[in-house]
Amino acid sequence: MGVFAKLRLSRFSEMVQKIFGKKHAKIGIYGPPNVGKTTLANRILRDWTGDIMGTVSEIPHETRRATWKRNVKVENGHSSLMMDIVDTPGIATKIDYKEFMNTYGLNKDESRSRAKEATEGVIESIRWLEDIDGVVLVMDATQDPFTQVNVTIIGNLEARNLPILIAANKIDAEDASPATLKSAFPQHPVVPISALTGYNTENLYSMMVKEFGKKRHKKR
Amino acid sequence: MTPKEKGIAFTLISRQKLDDLTSKEKLRFILDEVKTGKILVLEQGLTSVEQASLIENTMREIDQDTFIGIEMEGYSEEKTNFLQRVFGITRKPRMTVIGPAHLLKTVRKDNDKIETMIIPGKGAK
Repeated sequence: MGVFAKLRLSRFSEMVQKIFGKKHAKIGIYGPPNVGKTTLANRILRDWTGDIMGTVSEIPHETRRATWKRNVKVENGHSSLMMDIVDTPGIATKIDYKEFMNTYGLNKDESRSRAKEATEGVIESIRWLEDIDGVVLVMDATQDPFTQVNVTIIGNLEARNLPILIAANKIDAEDASPATLKSAFPQHPVVPISALTGYNTENLYSMMVKEFGKKRHKKR
Repeated sequence: MTPKEKGIAFTLISRQKLDDLTSKEKLRFILDEVKTGKILVLEQGLTSVEQASLIENTMREIDQDTFIGIEMEGYSEEKTNFLQRVFGITRKPRMTVIGPAHLLKTVRKDNDKIETMIIPGKGAK
């Protein structure tokens, strides 16, 4: 194909994209530690690609490096969105190695090493905020949602005019209260799910295509 | 020389004090104060972007034996409506409390109230 033909084709695709919205988006899965981010990332990948993203554990900060999967095509009826899914380490304001020893029975060396890597993971997560097009913010529906980490993440994305979809996870637990999350953050869509069982994830996928497919002017 | 009294130091920081500092200077000031064991109550809090930078800086300075991080609770900027944006009116972040994580614990927070407690047996250096 000649240079001019290529140029015309690329202009045409740009025009189509401008008219019909975004076709590709880089989506970060964010949240505090132990809310089920990697469980959700695994669920998304298993449902749409057959892969998994990473290992999960009841010990906080299991994911200490951001991992991503490119070109995950999520469909919603006649529309679809190609996404790069980034599973980020949990964001925290404090990391105490003694918690890994006293609560989870890790030895001192393992605990210190995990704590050190976890601090680097938090930095990496915050850095990724500058490079994404939208966020699935995972919250534990059994916990108080009004934490500083949630407020900080939401505030950052709002300042950048990026779309946020709140996944109220662990809805299969007896004491889950997605209504509390909805009332805490009424300005953003909240989808109750269980990443573990897959409950209501179809609704989450449909919302992802709808919310992240919209064109927005990202502020830097 | 009089020995330093043991106790928890609370410092209330006025809006003017922080307004005179750049974002970088503000974060440095806060982290330096908190690392000495002080609990700060900021009359005007940090923006969300500053909060994220403070978390990032905190992670860089964690020392597993002496500084495990911070406890921070505050309110972000209030949203402005269309007319306010047209006239260039911006809302500032609201009150924020920040302290060392080994000393300060948040009990409860909602839209109007932040309840914290001091962890017993600890004191400002």
